[in-house]
Amino acid sequence: MRHLLSTEDLSRSNAIRILDTAEEMAAVGEREVKKLPTLRGRTVVNLFFEDSTRTRISFEAAAKRLSADVINFAAKGSSVSKGESLKDTAQTLSAMGADAVVIRHWASGAPHRLAATDWIDAAVINAGDGTHEHPTQALLDAFTMRRHWSKLAGTPSAGADLTGMRVAIAGDVLHSRVARSNVWLLRTLGAEVTLVAPPTLLPIGVEKWPCSVSYDLDETLARGVDAMMMLRVQGERMNASFFPTTREYSRRWGFDDNRLRALDSLGLKDTIIMHPGPMNRGLEISSAAADSPRSTVLAQVRNGVSIRMAALYLLLSGDTREPAHQANSTHSTPAEHTSALVTKESH
Amino acid sequence: MVLNQADIDRALTRIAHEILESNKGSQDLVLLGIPRRGYPLAVRLAAKIAAADPTVDPAAIVGQLDVTMFRDDLSHQGIRPPYPTQLPRTGIDNKVVVLIDDVLYSGRTIRAALDAIIDLGRPRIVRLAVLIDRGHRELPIRADHVGKNLPTSSSEKVRVRLAETDAVDGVPVNEVVIEATA
Repeated sequence: MRHLLSTEDLSRSNAIRILDTAEEMAAVGEREVKKLPTLRGRTVVNLFFEDSTRTRISFEAAAKRLSADVINFAAKGSSVSKGESLKDTAQTLSAMGADAVVIRHWASGAPHRLAATDWIDAAVINAGDGTHEHPTQALLDAFTMRRHWSKLAGTPSAGADLTGMRVAIAGDVLHSRVARSNVWLLRTLGAEVTLVAPPTLLPIGVEKWPCSVSYDLDETLARGVDAMMMLRVQGERMNASFFPTTREYSRRWGFDDNRLRALDSLGLKDTIIMHPGPMNRGLEISSAAADSPRSTVLAQVRNGVSIRMAALYLLLSGDTREPAHQANSTHSTPAEHTSALVTKESH
Repeated sequence: MVLNQADIDRALTRIAHEILESNKGSQDLVLLGIPRRGYPLAVRLAAKIAAADPTVDPAAIVGQLDVTMFRDDLSHQGIRPPYPTQLPRTGIDNKVVVLIDDVLYSGRTIRAALDAIIDLGRPRIVRLAVLIDRGHRELPIRADHVGKNLPTSSSEKVRVRLAETDAVDGVPVNEVVIEATA
């Protein structure tokens, strides 16, 4: 069984394999026929227990570009609202013959549960679980950064990592699965990560994460940043007050017009501004910053489809038959039966 | 050893001239190599075509066509990361495309390549050139230009080692050998 659950235990070689495969998938989007027959006859279920527009659409577009059949399942309006358990839902999907399950769940660890049990015999892709991880978002962010980083270096991006890149991630780290997944993945790829947030929006134990922590966005910018990632303030997860007013938040930790100008005066002409979306314009990012040529927001959305195609391809195209059976391999290089993307339950 | 460096070179020279002959010149020619070893062979053939016809720019007629995503045996073969597909700047519409691979065996790679080509454009003609034809076809596919017909048993393995793709210290390259598989 192979799954994509977390970036914490994703090895460097597997991460680069996904990024390199995504590079080829991106080329498909530029062709006349934007479709590959690769996953014909496979069924991908989008199992969304939490609202999502871009992630679900992105996975749907990715699966369809690879000719897989897509079933969308939203918890609202389903038997889940009648009290069906995750186990029963999973077993129902299994009985219908799902080959891959893309799951978003409000509970941290739900995808791990699905992958670790025998409820369903399908590849599980974590599309965001609670405040834990969102691995495909981190991969598409890394893909976007790698393209930028290797363009600056004038080298091809295939096979490259992010060694030496300075990445700052600012905002609501406490509730952000995107931040967690990014910290693990970017560390694996060799980037230096700094988290910038008010102390109230940093999780307990952040000092043990493989990154540095700052409370001052301007100071972090002044030290030099190659990629500035703003996180969404997740109002829907905030059941207490974490900062006095939104105005104060945007002045101290939002990427506003002054900070956009500061990038130029600091001589950071190649710094990109990233946001996983959806954006709260005027709160964590100003419209001028979001629409500036530095912004990679739309490139991130575009790259998301390529990354998800790569993940689906690598998880679903592997050996589905008994290992004893020898395929009539011709002169090709020996197929690598690597245990790519195997992730164990780590919590 | 089945072919040594000089044999491979002679076979490619002959194929280059055959391609020019059957095309009645070099107009509209595009050579698409199938990764991995088809591509270096395509590059070598383009250089030989350019040597025979000085009006040809060898770099402008060579491309690489990856067929990984079009294979029918992906679920049996394990993960194969795709290689880049690079077409010549002129594209392939209304061109004479010559597919180039090292070994022709079941024909399934070429079947996948034909599907891949159709998604990229509409060539006027598609031909096939291979260094080795070892028989055992599983599909109605035949090569137009063959370096060497090599009768083999399906229990054998034909290995093509090229300097461009297989350079490892101590292993001879630019040769074709037959190995028995267990």
